[in-house]
Amino acid sequence: MQHFSKLSIFMRKVSILLFFIGISGFSFANKEKEFNVSEMIMHHIKDAHEWHLFGPEHGGTSIYLPVILMDNGLKTFSSKHLYHGESVEVAGKEQEISLHYVKGVGPAAGYALYHEEIYKLNAAGVLQFEGEHPHNPQPFDFSITKNVMSLLMGAFLILVVMFSVAKFYRKNGAVAPKGIAKFFEPIIVMVRDDIAKENINEHKYKKYVPYLLTIFFFIWFNNMLGLIPFLPGGANLTGNITVTLFLSVCTLLVTLFSGNKNYWGHIFWMPGIPVPMKIFMMPIEIIGIFTKPFALMIRLFANITAGHIIVLALIGLIFINKNVGWAGLSVPMALFISVLEILVAFLQGFLFAMLSALFIGAAVEEAHH
Amino acid sequence: MDLILPDLGLLFWTGIVFCCLLFLLAKFAWKPILNAVNAREQKIAESLELAVKTQAEMKALKAENDQILKEARAERDNILKEAKDAANHMIEEAKTKSKVEAQKIVEAARLNINSEKAAAIAEIKTHVATLAIEIAEKVVRGELASDEKQKALAEKLAGDIQMN
Repeated sequence: MQHFSKLSIFMRKVSILLFFIGISGFSFANKEKEFNVSEMIMHHIKDAHEWHLFGPEHGGTSIYLPVILMDNGLKTFSSKHLYHGESVEVAGKEQEISLHYVKGVGPAAGYALYHEEIYKLNAAGVLQFEGEHPHNPQPFDFSITKNVMSLLMGAFLILVVMFSVAKFYRKNGAVAPKGIAKFFEPIIVMVRDDIAKENINEHKYKKYVPYLLTIFFFIWFNNMLGLIPFLPGGANLTGNITVTLFLSVCTLLVTLFSGNKNYWGHIFWMPGIPVPMKIFMMPIEIIGIFTKPFALMIRLFANITAGHIIVLALIGLIFINKNVGWAGLSVPMALFISVLEILVAFLQGFLFAMLSALFIGAAVEEAHH
Repeated sequence: MDLILPDLGLLFWTGIVFCCLLFLLAKFAWKPILNAVNAREQKIAESLELAVKTQAEMKALKAENDQILKEARAERDNILKEAKDAANHMIEEAKTKSKVEAQKIVEAARLNINSEKAAAIAEIKTHVATLAIEIAEKVVRGELASDEKQKALAEKLAGDIQMN
């Protein structure tokens, strides 16, 4: 036991060390370049085709993830060929900006990576810039990016955890929970009772519990993974607009397909108000169908991304001031924010499921007047 | 800007992973977990109901027992009382009987004593008479021991007869 705890403390020390080496590496490696905090933050919260582990940004240790392109057939290669290709510097329109992209080599020949986006090289074999953005066409990019990898690991983690909870009940029957089931049962019951039952008609809520449970645990687990600064986590998955878009579209579709006569009646021909008002209310209600999931999408995206930005900005203070003494201030503050983010991780999952249940509840509500 | 633009590839993978996750969890996790939790909740509710029912039954049973005990006690008291009465009665009767018997015995004894007494008296009388005759004989014999005495007696008797 003691051996184990010693080991875990050692592991933690090593990983914290690696984390800081990682940050310091990429900032001090290009000493001639001014440290750009917003670039560093954007780099960390955006998707990537590699999983950077430690060392400087260019030439450090990374896991190169597979690139899958749909461009006149399926093309797959390691992102290594894109990151370690031919580096090209292009002078931007304004003289102080120099644009930097990498041309792929080997199987990645004919493609270039610019700001984590893959472009096709034109006939001259270069990217044609229009301002700061390349004009070249982009192939459909179905790569296993950092976020996709994180998504797969998160899904795997949820499956492992929930299957072991289910296994407990399958083995022991309807008994008092123990171990992992004891931890997760109250949360599952909370989703069932306080989220589903509370907001959806008592006779209809059962159908929606699996969806709400999945969406809650998906968001919660991935939020938590996002808070871990090294390998199993570190991606900004739930703070990615695509993921929150998908989740809110799911809620929108569930709501629309559950809507009964009463729900649609309230949208297109609001009962109990004069006819001119009915006509006036109709477009407002129709817009309302979409603003609700839109708010869900923005809320989750903004909350999680903001959390990551704050932690990165606080750590960035050390490098902006180029003085390790700032760590005395920025590390405790980043720790405080990280702890707060643990609460936010749960809260955002809860809110997303809660509001989804609320919208579904409104869609299946029976007329009561 | 591309921070708030959706990415097709990620959308594709999110869709696939989330749908698979929803399907797998719904079928192999949520269903058994919720079934077990529901079953347990039902079991607990039933057990509580049963406990309340049992308590009520116990109460009723206890009341019944008390009633029976009370009745039994009353009956016991009754039986004791009756037994005491019967015993008293028997003692009384025995007393009366024995008194009567004793009186009878005493009576019989008295009668016996009386008859014995009468017999004894009669015997004593006979005995006394015999004794008197014997004494008289002895006296007479003494009186008649000599001639003069015989003469004197004869004279005397003659004299008595004459006097009569």
